Amino acid sequence: MDKVKEVLSKYHNEKENLVQIMLEVQKLSEKNYLPDEWVRYVAEALDLPLSKVYGVITFYAMFNNKPRGKNLIEVCKSGPCHVNGSANIIAMLEKELGIKPSETTSDGLFTIELSNCFGACDIAPAVKIGEKVYGNLTQDSIKNIINPYREGFN
Amino acid sequence: MENRNILSARFGKIKPDSVEDYVAAGGYEGLKTAITMKPEDIIEEIKKSYLFGRGGAAYPTGIKWEQAYAVPLEKGLKYMVCNADEGEPGTFKDRHIMAEDPLELIEGMTIGAFIFGAEEGYIYCRGEYSAIQETLRSAIDNAKKSGYLGENILGTGLNFDIRVVSGAGAYVCGENTALVESIEGKPGRPRRKPPYVKNAGLNMKPTVLNNVETYACIPWIVKEGGEKFLSIGTEFSGGTKLMCLSGNVVNKGVYEVPFGTTLRELIYGMGGGIPNGRKLKFVHLGGCSGTCFPEGLLDTKICYNDLRKNGLSLGSGAVVVIDDSQCVVDYLKVVMEFFEEESCGKCTPCREGTQRMVELLEKLSEGRGTDEDIERMKDLSQIMKNSSFCGLGKSVPIPVLALLKYFEDEFKAHVAGKCPSGKCSMSGGKK
Ligand SMILES: Cc1cc2nc3c(=O)[nH]c(=O)nc-3n(C[C@H](O)[C@H](O)[C@H](O)COP(=O)(O)O)c2cc1C
Ligand code: SF4
Ligand code: FES
Repeated sequence: MDKVKEVLSKYHNEKENLVQIMLEVQKLSEKNYLPDEWVRYVAEALDLPLSKVYGVITFYAMFNNKPRGKNLIEVCKSGPCHVNGSANIIAMLEKELGIKPSETTSDGLFTIELSNCFGACDIAPAVKIGEKVYGNLTQDSIKNIINPYREGFN
Repeated sequence: MENRNILSARFGKIKPDSVEDYVAAGGYEGLKTAITMKPEDIIEEIKKSYLFGRGGAAYPTGIKWEQAYAVPLEKGLKYMVCNADEGEPGTFKDRHIMAEDPLELIEGMTIGAFIFGAEEGYIYCRGEYSAIQETLRSAIDNAKKSGYLGENILGTGLNFDIRVVSGAGAYVCGENTALVESIEGKPGRPRRKPPYVKNAGLNMKPTVLNNVETYACIPWIVKEGGEKFLSIGTEFSGGTKLMCLSGNVVNKGVYEVPFGTTLRELIYGMGGGIPNGRKLKFVHLGGCSGTCFPEGLLDTKICYNDLRKNGLSLGSGAVVVIDDSQCVVDYLKVVMEFFEEESCGKCTPCREGTQRMVELLEKLSEGRGTDEDIERMKDLSQIMKNSSFCGLGKSVPIPVLALLKYFEDEFKAHVAGKCPSGKCSMSGGKK
């Protein structure tokens, strides 16, 4: 909770920074989600009704209420990636990790999520793992990209 | 031939956040010129440049700034806001500016601050670009250290600071009023208009809001003059445009082209044409909310007037190329799924309409569609166009009606139980 406090004071406990605060708090979770107790804590600290805070969290796609994998693999499924074979990338990832989109591997390392365009259409088909973007993906390259995360090199 | 790289001249050649590199490569000369001019005269140059907003709506920037300048100071200090939400699928030009030459955007906003006497600026950058947000922050810090930003900028007495604010994954926040709601820490749902943001935007104060690329054009215009900017483009569209080429094309990427270049030159010249010996089926211009058209219109010039005459619009500058192995029903379904997910839910025509569109297209792609379903898509389009609350819902019908117009036979083939390109499962079987 101390770390949450730190984020709050970095943003001067200001209501208008709610989205910025939640983005940073979610990063602290290491599981890409906002634990309910943290959300309550932030709501109280900012003197906002809990319903308002959840109103914000549920509006924005990047927030999540349930724990997800340590590494979020977002596969773009928008038009430009779609016509460059994003469906194949999804199928390869499903096979490689043994999970479907929106599911998390049992070791808690990976969650696959289907996402809308994140501006990497010049290297379509593309995926995003955390902040890193990988493009021009093929069957071979996708394995090489995943492996380091698996072995905890990152 | 004269160098036509106005915006991308420094891309890849300088350390993006280095003020030293930027200045050595001709940066900040626009601001240095601006502070010797009267605000009205700077606005006049922008008007002469025929710069149109690069965010999609193509509103003339000079006129926007003239109107904003006329908003009386009693209404409060103006905010300078940059729309860096770049959510339109197929668009990645703002990303290139921010990642490779962020100071040209910052300089453009600072010139604006000088004109309007603004003290606070915001760059609202999409959450997916978190790494680029750090580049922006670092460039801002460096500009402050060098006296180009912060207090008493270049000894003029102007105080102006810029904050980078992150989005959190909502396309609709690219809409002006939704964007300012989001900066205020609220869900980014569009507001009723009027009031327009120029009168009551962020914190209900007068706000000047422009796209990244629009701001990035300003320093060059001030430095070289509006007429010179106009002379690079066509009679009615000044300067260059960063075009985003993607889809089924050999050389995907961002290309800076002078207005007047044809779409064919872009796709077949710079883009290298369609890979794998395929043929072009259609082009989706301007992102999901733009129109689609087949080969026949490829000789249209990239120019606001010529495009309009042909019923097209440039939008954000996304050019998504679709080859003949793709299926229109399948592609349109992907586009409609985007809108369904991104609809903010505030108004019924869009919230329900996008869902119905997806359902109808699912039916067609599974071989369960009927002729009435095609008619329903047309009716629904009319309703959404006329009664949606904001630009998102209003633009959903654009690709629907365009693809139905050019490829009605292919939709009919799906009704008859066949997907000509074999992309659709048609698993619903025949009635
Ligand atoms: C749903 C929707 C999404 C939009 N997304 C963006 C965007 O991501 N970036 C942008 O610059 N403009 C976007 N716009 C257009 C803006 O509302 C606005 O017209 C533009 O930012 C104004 O700047 P400009 O005049 O410099 O183009 C969007 C509009 C709508 C209706
Ligand atoms: S048109 Fe769509 S995005 Fe716009 S206000 Fe209505 S529901 Fe929201
Ligand atoms: S469409 Fe996939 S990154 Fe843009």
